[in-house]
Amino acid sequence: MATLEIKDLHVSVATDDGAKEILKGVDLTVRAGETHAIMGPNGSGKSTLSYAVAGHPKYEVTSGSVTLDGDDVLAMSVDERARAGLFLAMQYPVEVPGVSMSNFLRTAATAVRGEAPKLRTWVKEVKAAMSELEIDPAFAERSVNEGFSGGEKKRHEILQLALLSPKIAILDETDSGLDVDALRVVSDGVNRFKASGETGVLLITHYTRILRHITPDFVHVFAGGRIVESGGSELANVLEAEGYVKYTGSQEAAGV
Amino acid sequence: MTAAVEKQSHSHGAVVPESSRAEWFTSFDVNAFEVPSGREEIWRFTPMKRLAGLHTGVEATGSATVEVDAPAEVTVETVERGDSRLGAAGVPADRVAAQAFSSFTAATVLTVAKETKASAPVLVTVTGPGAGQVAYGHLQVRAERFAEAVVVLDHRGSGVYADNVEFVLADGAKLTVVSIQDWADDAVHVSAQHASIGRDALLRHTVVTLGGDLVRVSPTAAFADKGAEVELNGLYFADAGQHFEHRTFVDHSQANCTSNVVYKGALQGNDAHTVWIGDVLIRAAAEGTQTYELNRNLLLTDGARADSVPNLEIETGEIAGAGHASATGRFDDEQLFYLQARGIPEDQARRLVVRGFFHELLMKIQVPEVRERLEAAIEAELEAVGV
Ligand SMILES: Nc1ncnc2c1ncn2[C@@H]1O[C@H](COP(=O)(O)OP(=O)(O)OP(=O)(O)O)[C@@H](O)[C@H]1O
Ligand SMILES: [Mg+2]
Repeated sequence: MATLEIKDLHVSVATDDGAKEILKGVDLTVRAGETHAIMGPNGSGKSTLSYAVAGHPKYEVTSGSVTLDGDDVLAMSVDERARAGLFLAMQYPVEVPGVSMSNFLRTAATAVRGEAPKLRTWVKEVKAAMSELEIDPAFAERSVNEGFSGGEKKRHEILQLALLSPKIAILDETDSGLDVDALRVVSDGVNRFKASGETGVLLITHYTRILRHITPDFVHVFAGGRIVESGGSELANVLEAEGYVKYTGSQEAAGV
Repeated sequence: MTAAVEKQSHSHGAVVPESSRAEWFTSFDVNAFEVPSGREEIWRFTPMKRLAGLHTGVEATGSATVEVDAPAEVTVETVERGDSRLGAAGVPADRVAAQAFSSFTAATVLTVAKETKASAPVLVTVTGPGAGQVAYGHLQVRAERFAEAVVVLDHRGSGVYADNVEFVLADGAKLTVVSIQDWADDAVHVSAQHASIGRDALLRHTVVTLGGDLVRVSPTAAFADKGAEVELNGLYFADAGQHFEHRTFVDHSQANCTSNVVYKGALQGNDAHTVWIGDVLIRAAAEGTQTYELNRNLLLTDGARADSVPNLEIETGEIAGAGHASATGRFDDEQLFYLQARGIPEDQARRLVVRGFFHELLMKIQVPEVRERLEAAIEAELEAVGV
């Protein structure tokens, strides 16, 4: 059973005024079968955590460790991490002009699975996954994320999640930019991914509404670059009612 | 309507004051031009020493071989210098073009008869005069009223070659041209390509420069009447030490014409140097003009340099739209990160990005064999640098 273990993680980002520490000692363990929600105010470092785990070159880990089933994730390149079973659905998916979605998906699946999927079953598999997420098949021929609406980008992140079936998925504000219907479609996608019980989910969100579709086992409050409180799913309701003011000293509700 | 001029980053801050394109001197006679020193605006990017004397009057020592493979609907002629049709599409605007016009001995003229569609692409293979040899050439493609054809010019081999290429499009003609410069490493090629585009006619012109020591191609499009359209596309891939220069000029002198210029290049290796100058002149009479030009360069390694200068002159406010954009940069780290975050190894991710960069242009090339050949050539270039 897969386990992602983050220990005392400190991360800095290079700025014009030198390195700036953003993560200040994050401890978190996500096991297969578990869903963790991280909630926190804007700028608290949630995306930084997900980028650091995925290996974005802009973020420098200054101390601490990240392991997946005991293997040192920080020693792996970005693509090795993905092939090891980590997946990051990004808050702002990147546009790659001139590379078709279908070519991209097949190249990624080939890399992650270690061999090219058989063409006939692959086409079926992609079609089915797209239709489950209510994505028009015409998207397959469009350039990766280019000109997609915010919601379309998020659906395609979950499409990749479905096709690459990682061990641990980090979903960074996958709910933002989704209308009510899209939220349901995307949440169903995440729940299908969870259904096996053999995968772990780390769901980063600013709002509680997605948690009504995807039930977390644990809720963590993120503020000032670290987890400041953890609890069960009931903590989300407290946050919704009281906001983050207790943790930040400023008014900001975890609105619906 | 008002002029909507979009400006994006100029990767080049031009300092030398430029004279209006409207006032440029042109002549068929080489002696009407002074020998350029290299400091002139139109020569300042070109390494003059590597021109092998094309600008100082070097005489032909050999000749290029021109082979034409054309379907039956296309008339192929070899004509003498004095043929009255020659020069119809434009007049040389620099000394090397005038030198070529003053020096060629025989010209090739291809004619697509009116209301005729060529059943297959016309393939013109121009093989250089050989290492250390100098040659001049002239080619004219005539598309009569409502004629349609695809012409592929394939330049290969060694030596020094300067030429003028003319495209004369009568009313309603549709001509697609792909000019490939896939020369050997020693070759020097300076080509002035002139188009005269008739009423409601359409020219799709694509320049592909992949090989040669110094290649300088100057495509000029002039509208002979209203309602015409031109696409000037270019794709280049420069390796260490190569100088590839493309100077496009669209002369909007007629109303309601459209022009679209898209040039994209990749560079790799020490002293790989590319230059794109994109001149567009919208004269007072050219109301309802729609024009856009774009140049993008991808620097794959250190030590390469891309100059990019868009130049838009507008003499009337009554245009439909005018814009330009130019950008030169390295690999987009965010794109690489995204692809790698999906398990794709870095080298493969880089290739995907480069292929994607050229994709839009490759798709515009409607001759499948040519497109496949270019795709293969780009793969080979990427292979060479280990990208
Ligand atoms: N490349 C960078 N350069 C400078 N500062 C950065 C950079 N990346 C992140 N930061 C800063 O780090 C802090 C945390 O940013 P991060 O994106 O991780 O927050 P977040 O919790 O995901 O916020 P949001 O809820 O808005 O998505 C912010 O103050 C942000 O401005
Ligand atoms: Mg964020």
